[in-house]
Amino acid sequence: MAFTRRHLTGLRGLTAEEIATILDQAASFKELSERVIKKAPTLRGKTVVNLFYENSTRTRTSFEIAAKRLSADTINIAASSSSVGKGETLVDTARNLEAMRPDVIVVRHPSSGAAHLVARHVSCAVINAGDGCHEHPTQALLDLLTIRERRGEVRGLTVAIVGDLLHSRVGRSNLHALLTLGARVRLVGPPTLVPREFAALGAELHHDLPSGVRGADVIMMLRIQRERQGTNLFPSIEEYSQYFCLTEEAVRLADPHVIILHPGPMNRGVEIATSVADGPYSVIMDQVTNGVALRMALLCLLAARSRADAATDADAGVEIERGVARA
Amino acid sequence: MSGERMIVSGGTIVDPATAVPRPGDVVIDGDRIAGIAPPGSVSSEGRVLDATGMLVLPGLVDMHVHLREPGQEYKETIATGAQAAVAGGVTSVACMANTNPVNDSGAVTRFILEQAASAGLARVYPVGALSLGLEGRQLAEFGEMRRAGIVAVSDDGRPVMDAGLMRRALEYARMFDLLVIAHEEDCGLAGGGVMNEGVIAVGLGLRGVPAAAEEVMVARDIALAELTGGRLHIAHLSTRGAVDLVRAAKARGVVVSAEATPHHLFLTDDAVADYDTNAKMAPPLRSRADVDAVRAGLADGTIDAIASDHAPHHRDEKDVEFEHAANGVVGLETILGLGLRLVSEGVCDLATFVLRASTAPARLLGIPAGTLAPGALADLVVVDPKRRWTVDPTTFRSKSRNTPFGGWDLAGKAVTVLVGGRVVHTDTAANPALRVAS
Repeated sequence: MAFTRRHLTGLRGLTAEEIATILDQAASFKELSERVIKKAPTLRGKTVVNLFYENSTRTRTSFEIAAKRLSADTINIAASSSSVGKGETLVDTARNLEAMRPDVIVVRHPSSGAAHLVARHVSCAVINAGDGCHEHPTQALLDLLTIRERRGEVRGLTVAIVGDLLHSRVGRSNLHALLTLGARVRLVGPPTLVPREFAALGAELHHDLPSGVRGADVIMMLRIQRERQGTNLFPSIEEYSQYFCLTEEAVRLADPHVIILHPGPMNRGVEIATSVADGPYSVIMDQVTNGVALRMALLCLLAARSRADAATDADAGVEIERGVARA
Repeated sequence: MSGERMIVSGGTIVDPATAVPRPGDVVIDGDRIAGIAPPGSVSSEGRVLDATGMLVLPGLVDMHVHLREPGQEYKETIATGAQAAVAGGVTSVACMANTNPVNDSGAVTRFILEQAASAGLARVYPVGALSLGLEGRQLAEFGEMRRAGIVAVSDDGRPVMDAGLMRRALEYARMFDLLVIAHEEDCGLAGGGVMNEGVIAVGLGLRGVPAAAEEVMVARDIALAELTGGRLHIAHLSTRGAVDLVRAAKARGVVVSAEATPHHLFLTDDAVADYDTNAKMAPPLRSRADVDAVRAGLADGTIDAIASDHAPHHRDEKDVEFEHAANGVVGLETILGLGLRLVSEGVCDLATFVLRASTAPARLLGIPAGTLAPGALADLVVVDPKRRWTVDPTTFRSKSRNTPFGGWDLAGKAVTVLVGGRVVHTDTAANPALRVAS
């Protein structure tokens, strides 16, 4: 097995083989979600805690469905309903959860590095479901799964990621993984949101949309957050939109077989025209579907290793294979 | 005043205020240096501290520390800070005003001095607030604080964003010959950043502070020093551009001095990778080019002093999300070992290190320290230059453990420290042969 890590806090540093292992596993889980009885016993007896310090519909639901389809017990903790308001530290919360012996903690948090911090303090597996402006590895993996399905090999593809790269954890995770898999990555946006440092990470920088998307095989749009207005990173949402909204006209500059991704939630008419979001090249709903399979794969890979001595580790391995075989 | 006589014999004396390093016996009479004699030439009456094979330096002067008392005694007290100081070979410290209450009055200054006197270890010289409450609006009463015992003024940690206030502070401080110490960071440019702006920050998704945030303020304050003739001292210089600005200002005769910290002399923002909050401080750890420039500035005298910016924080304030972690690292117990490492790495020679870490800061602050000349206070440190040790934060005398140097192997340690002729620290484990004989 090519994936033996205990946690998934980010995609930076993962090898192409590790990424391929996760994607292959995910592909094998896709069929399960199309069945009448959408359940496999793979993670029966395992506990997955979704610890979410930020609002999330898509990601949290996706993790919960993924865990449930594998028969794991799931607990959702939203920051507003937990003890966070009483001033408990992240480390204390993580330790308390750890004391209840979960197998996986899925954490989303507004601070970069929060998943690292949790991982340092618990022995169960930690999956980063988005930490500040750092990484959102499961989103990028489901994007890769979608790209691989539609365009085959990632190697050699030209991928344009458009929007607020400075603050985007989705953008960072995709950048690292796409480069690892051999894609050519263009980051597109105003210089305030696409700082020069990204070039040192291996990306090509484009500050105008037409040159950024010309000939691209994949265009990945990022959400522009309205709360960035007033920080002088750009004058207004309206002006941003005039320069970086993905319109049909812009899409025509791309490769004829281009696919268009968006991690959601979309601001229609701001970063992406409605006609594009709903157009034939849009794979946005495929991303959401793939998200469940991807997270099932990851939960399997990590929960199997969680808190396991050698004997139970071996059992879990068998169980995974059985689960996959049934799926 | 004639007191008890003591001889520190057989060591190599490094006193940049008087001469090149040379072997000699330091004769101490009471709390002062009586003289330096050729080795073995004085009778060994009284107490003899055998320093054979050791370096004998004037006690280090750390002109930038935070002792946290009053108000944050859970991080450090004046007594524990003073213990940490002498254990690190530091015999005089200048402590910043960001206590609670702020040291913006003679009453707080006197309290600090009383606590320091009762601790009876390192000499503590308070730095007064530049503005009331460190709020950057109204000048604190420099005169009242000066009478109580401050040696400089600073809103350290709170950059003085109002150039008009800084101008008046530099001007008014001249009346008391007070050094004005500036933490140079433009708050607008810093923009809530938590580490150096650069590739590492972009990769970690952390907000960066550009070098320009420091440089625009250094440029501004140099212009204000020229305008006013005030004595500007720039704290913890961290960027290549800032070093260049100070070098150019000195070349044209501006009264400006600067200090650098060991962490800015050794570490880059690479140390933040994996979100190590012990690598979080203001100004942040910068790039390799900046470290090289700060080292060059230290060597050529652009940077006058090495200061630790000793900033104790409780573990609870560091074991949190990086962006919420407190700024700062402890440094009193590592400044000597790291300074000697600068020497072994060829950044500067031993005498220059002692100049930067003792003699020059003493002169800047106008305090009686930094030399072993006859008549000087007998504050000295006996260093075993060969003693190898590993930085182990759990052994610190400081109440806090927040160092990025944990696990570093260093050579050279303070084995005996004297303040006013009195032994305030001995590290007998370092060299069992070293003893006070009578």
